[in-house]
Amino acid sequence: MAGLELLSDQGYRVDGRRAGELRKIQARMGVFAQADGSAYIEQGNTKALAVVYGPHEIRGSRARALPDRALVNCQYSSATFSTGERKRRPHGDRKSCEMGLQLRQTFEAAILTQLHPRSQIDIYVQVLQADGGTYAACVNAATLAVLDAGIPMRDFVCACSAGFVDGTALADLSHVEEAAGGPQLALALLPASGQIALLEMDARLHEDHLEQVLEAAAQAAQDVHILLDRVVRQHIWPSPDYPLLQSGPWGCFSPNIPRVSWHRQGWYAPHFMLRTPQLQ
Amino acid sequence: MASVALSEAEKVYIMHGVQEDLRVDGRGCEDYRCVEVETDVVSNTSGSARVKLGHTDILVGVKAEMGMPKLEKPNEGYLEFFVDCSANATPEFEGRGGDDLGTEIANTLYRIFNNKSSVDLKTLCISAREHCWVLYVDVLLLECDGNLFDAISIAVKAALFNTRIPRVRVLEDEEGSKDIELSDDPYDCIRLSVENVPCIVTLCKIGYRHVVDATLQEEACSLASLLVSVTSKGVVTCLRKVGKGSLDPESIFEMMETSKRVGKVLHASLQSILHKEESLGPRRQKVGFLG
Repeated sequence: MAGLELLSDQGYRVDGRRAGELRKIQARMGVFAQADGSAYIEQGNTKALAVVYGPHEIRGSRARALPDRALVNCQYSSATFSTGERKRRPHGDRKSCEMGLQLRQTFEAAILTQLHPRSQIDIYVQVLQADGGTYAACVNAATLAVLDAGIPMRDFVCACSAGFVDGTALADLSHVEEAAGGPQLALALLPASGQIALLEMDARLHEDHLEQVLEAAAQAAQDVHILLDRVVRQHIWPSPDYPLLQSGPWGCFSPNIPRVSWHRQGWYAPHFMLRTPQLQ
Repeated sequence: MASVALSEAEKVYIMHGVQEDLRVDGRGCEDYRCVEVETDVVSNTSGSARVKLGHTDILVGVKAEMGMPKLEKPNEGYLEFFVDCSANATPEFEGRGGDDLGTEIANTLYRIFNNKSSVDLKTLCISAREHCWVLYVDVLLLECDGNLFDAISIAVKAALFNTRIPRVRVLEDEEGSKDIELSDDPYDCIRLSVENVPCIVTLCKIGYRHVVDATLQEEACSLASLLVSVTSKGVVTCLRKVGKGSLDPESIFEMMETSKRVGKVLHASLQSILHKEESLGPRRQKVGFLG
């Protein structure tokens, strides 16, 4: 589109943000009472809802049950009124199926599925308004929903998108920036260890620039993690002095973790130690 | 429909309570649960509304697009309904599981709006036989706790009240080709009059009495229900019996009288709350799903 600069000379983007700045994120856990876990997130104008049912018995054919771990089942659906032009079918098309598979891959890396053999965990994500970064918003909402359901996870899963314009890497793309056709990177990260759960890149990008874009996305995902961590703590202890409780990760992981580790450490405070590094 | 497994003892308990005009949550037979309504929840639609009736959660988005009028009604626009029973409500609705219920609800909505007085479709016409506004009303079912039809019809009415359609003008050239021009002012729009939009009142027969606004547990005890679509003046636009049981004719007339009575009160309070919300103006703090 002639005349539409994605990055101005002073370094401002179309919506006034800087290159590495995220959009405003607001989130809430426990939105629905009937589901096992639910969460809602708003990233700028992108709004996503995630609902988790499980772990429960395998629905449908018992033959799909895995003997040593749980089955993770994801569905991605976007409302017909979510995009600028009305969508005809909310789910069932190729893009939604692909997103469902990507979400499944992401969460199989993070959920401790060995603790629930022969069972199924359902994660349903609904996009209410799509303004760019839908995959990232879905992953962030689904993380909060899985935590709300009390399902044990290795770590948070935080996601963000990134692009590259005029030699600068941009973090958290909006719809206008995505539609411009430049390279887009979607990254899902486990923040404490820095491990990547999912990495996807579209369009052409020179390999010299890849590190810069990856760095921008990883930094943005770490920033998202700080926000999500605060949301979880506020949900569990809605008190003004929650920053004092930063030393314990026990708010973030499920109490289903067996107390065997507690006795081994000899601690009497309800502080669960996992085999993964602690959160900062 | 999402259902809950109820034991015989619980069913008997609910039925005995209903005979005495006392339901499990303390309501009478003709009382609704508290309804929360909020409009303008999704910003890239022409109008939207969210309704929470107990634990039943419905989100409706209305999008106005330009299309060709139907052949038999060249001077009018039209409404298209689509209901998505999402997997959020219950895992049984995953994939195509929710399609049956969705089609049933959409067909009911088409029937209740299928008369001249519900919505003035002539305001939706831009130029006869060529251009008209088509309103796509999309209903998203997020959580199900009984009484879906009532909640959906309330949400549709609130969303239509909130709909703002941009005003357009048709310019004609010397050659006769027409051009559509959008008005410059973004706040210049047409609003629909929802005075005659009907709402559905569902009456479930439990034992010898009927209840309004049944929860999921009460629906599991009832064998037959009557859906009555009532306007604010008490005019009935559609009547339908659902369920696998049977109803005798006297009870149908009784249920219709109840629905007219209850429907008038429902419309009055809905109108007052919608006007009150609108009077708060653009400075109103939007809550959406965050509150």
